[in-house]
Amino acid sequence: MHLPISDKIELNILHQNSHQAEKNKVKFNNYNLLCLNIMSSPGAGKTRLLEITLEDLSKKFHSAVLEGDMTTNLDAARLEKLNIPVVPITTGRACHLDANMVSGGLKLLEKKINPDLLDILLVENVGNLVCPAEFEIGEHFKVALLSITEGEDKPLKYPIMFREADLILITKVDLLPHLNFDINELKSNIASTNPKADVIEISSITKSGFDLWQDWISKKILKFKNN
Amino acid sequence: MHEVDMTKCLILSMEEWAEKKNKKKIVVEKINLKIGEFTCVEPISLINTFNAAVLGSWLDSSEITIETIPFEGKCSKCNRLYFPKKENGYKSPCCNFNLEEIISGRELKIASIDFKEK
Repeated sequence: MHLPISDKIELNILHQNSHQAEKNKVKFNNYNLLCLNIMSSPGAGKTRLLEITLEDLSKKFHSAVLEGDMTTNLDAARLEKLNIPVVPITTGRACHLDANMVSGGLKLLEKKINPDLLDILLVENVGNLVCPAEFEIGEHFKVALLSITEGEDKPLKYPIMFREADLILITKVDLLPHLNFDINELKSNIASTNPKADVIEISSITKSGFDLWQDWISKKILKFKNN
Repeated sequence: MHEVDMTKCLILSMEEWAEKKNKKKIVVEKINLKIGEFTCVEPISLINTFNAAVLGSWLDSSEITIETIPFEGKCSKCNRLYFPKKENGYKSPCCNFNLEEIISGRELKIASIDFKEK
């Protein structure tokens, strides 16, 4: 046996995932397809948000969804009713999507539709405020939802998720009159964690804020396609 | 348990590294990691997951060491470095400014690998 050798490699632990995420992004770019990674805790309203969003968005842009879920295809079945291409990705025990899963989902999507015909791919991640934040999937933007029933302190308790997000949607704001909830405190906590994030208040019941959200998406698609 | 997926990525990276070294002729003694405080990783969970995952494999006798990298930010008003605290909303203690620039604490790295040739 020889003397020990120390090999200084300084390699990201998630290098394998990051490498696949880069490959996914190259594919999205080649298809001229904007990809959003939609993340939140379970029950914050991701699927309902997508249902309402896609009703309008599909009139202006060709859209598709990769639907991440741990055990069922229930959410994918809801979105398929909108007559857009939807690919369910069932993660099993994994509590987040990773770049390999999204690569697999994209291959299935390619069998359903030529992605050259699409403008936007919405990836609904598994409901979780911890893990999805660390695993890149090749997305262009990260969107985090936070429902007001979760409490004002969540951006401080789960800072990586809210730090990484480009846009934070505060959902279920129609419940504000019924809750002892300080939305200014929540916004202050978001600003503390991520002062650069865009923030939109939104309600899937009253549809308030959907104009701003749709406008945000439209601008991102148009800017992406013009680059 | 994202430590399971992180361990998978770590083992794949080790496999990739070992391919260049001729895996059959080396014994990995230590895998030295740098983990930032501002990440989703719980070091002890990562160590336990790794130890369970490599049982009976070529990495069975290897040990994980973790150097914790402090979470450090820079005040965007006065440029002073500080250690952001959750209790203070991560704001700079000098100017009470929101956390804009992170200097360190997001590291998830294999810093080095200690090994012997058989």
